[in-house]
Amino acid sequence: MEALLFWIFSIIGVTCGGMVIWNRNPMGSAIYLVVTMLCLSGLYALLNGAFVAVLQVLIYAGAVMVLMLFVIMMLSMRPEGAPREGSMPVWIAAGVIGLIVVLRIGALFDFGRPPDAVDEFGTIQGVGALLFNTYVLPFELISVLLLIAVIGAVILSKRDAQ
Amino acid sequence: MFVDFIIVLVKAGLVIFALLNLAGLLTWAERKQSAVMQDRVGPNRANIGKLTLGGLLHPVADGIKMITKEDFIPEGANRTLHTLAPAAALFPALVVFAVIPFGDTLVLFGRAIQLQVAQLNVGIMYIFAVSSLAVYGTMLAGWASNNNYSLLGGLRASSQMISYELSIGLSILGIVLIYETAMLDEIVRQQGELLWGFIPKWGIILQPFAFILFLGAALAENKRVPFDMPEGESEIIGYFVEYSSMKFGMFFLAEFVEIIIVSGLVTTLFFGGWQVPYLHATGEVVGFVWPFGLGAWHLPQWLVALIQVGAFAIKVLIGCWILLVVRWTLPRFRYDQIMHLGWKVWFELALINLLITAVVVLLVT
Repeated sequence: MEALLFWIFSIIGVTCGGMVIWNRNPMGSAIYLVVTMLCLSGLYALLNGAFVAVLQVLIYAGAVMVLMLFVIMMLSMRPEGAPREGSMPVWIAAGVIGLIVVLRIGALFDFGRPPDAVDEFGTIQGVGALLFNTYVLPFELISVLLLIAVIGAVILSKRDAQ
Repeated sequence: MFVDFIIVLVKAGLVIFALLNLAGLLTWAERKQSAVMQDRVGPNRANIGKLTLGGLLHPVADGIKMITKEDFIPEGANRTLHTLAPAAALFPALVVFAVIPFGDTLVLFGRAIQLQVAQLNVGIMYIFAVSSLAVYGTMLAGWASNNNYSLLGGLRASSQMISYELSIGLSILGIVLIYETAMLDEIVRQQGELLWGFIPKWGIILQPFAFILFLGAALAENKRVPFDMPEGESEIIGYFVEYSSMKFGMFFLAEFVEIIIVSGLVTTLFFGGWQVPYLHATGEVVGFVWPFGLGAWHLPQWLVALIQVGAFAIKVLIGCWILLVVRWTLPRFRYDQIMHLGWKVWFELALINLLITAVVVLLVT
């Protein structure tokens, strides 16, 4: 059952990931990216990471992609018309080389078999305890970094108005 | 294993069946109730021979009309996304109910059945996640229609929805802090406990302020009066202006399913879910245990489960009724007022409520 679900999510996810690049319509690309996010969330759920799976949907599909769609709608982008550069052999060569590079880099890291999930693994309690005990400093530093980015964006957008 | 699978299927089927039928009935209730409130007769014409059933046949007639009407896609519209949008609007509304418990454990043929479709550790987060997907239906509908009015309607609808999502999340977090769990069945179970021996520990008693914030934000999320700017049934053109037949019907249905969802969530989080005060399904006494030592009534387990499911249904129906009353009582906000209220009033109040709750919880424990 788990293997079946894994293959379903992976195949749909990878296919839609490819369609994000190949689709000529920006709106279509964005929708395919949403489907990819949802498939990733399914994979996290299969890995016992229920909390991460839900956050994946909530933040990426529910918030980040919505903002991207807003931008696409506001700019009223049309499907791109210009032909793509490069001929078929070049594309195939690029694809093969890319695949080899990815496989070689993947082989550098030996992750081994992931440890079995303990009781609280992936639950809200488990993730929360890790974030606010073991990793509290990096967590707070990232929060400050994001806050700086937000304030910076506000200042940059306000400067023109003055 | 196989039996468990069948049980889950039956539960999911029951929930979907109840949701869709109740949504259909709500279309009738809304018309009849608005008629009563405005001193009119309301729908009374749809009939089979002499039989009108007080207008109850109108939802049926509506359904037949919508299915048989022409399905029109405007020229230049994106056909795929135009067709996908109604499904994207209805889907989140239908699956949210999966984590809402509609009863305690039912013991049937020696097998304990949890009366909840999916018992998730991240229950409340699941609700946030799925309802954050609802915005795609409105956005896609607005964009894919190739109509500037629908595009504006879609933008208005989606910005309103993402604005109020924050307040919804923050108002529920107070409940999570108090009951120290995000599992909805656990939250309901804890609401069966008693405060000072006689007051049930319902969410509305511990978090009255969060209840008001949640109800207001949920109404805005639902896009109904007084927050119905994106649709503006009476004069403004909304995001589904280019939709006809059952595709429009699906947007319409999604709105009514969302009323039931809001009512179900309010019941679960603030009104004790399936809890009936002093009624216990498990423990020493199965049945009523009255406070102040007034004794106890013993009841069979199946009857207790039935009473609890019935109590949940009645609470949800009362919630729906209140939402309809609100819809036909209040006038509409202006759009800038909606945004102002969402970002500068509701959001701050939810933050303050969360802060005070956190401090109190910290001091008490």
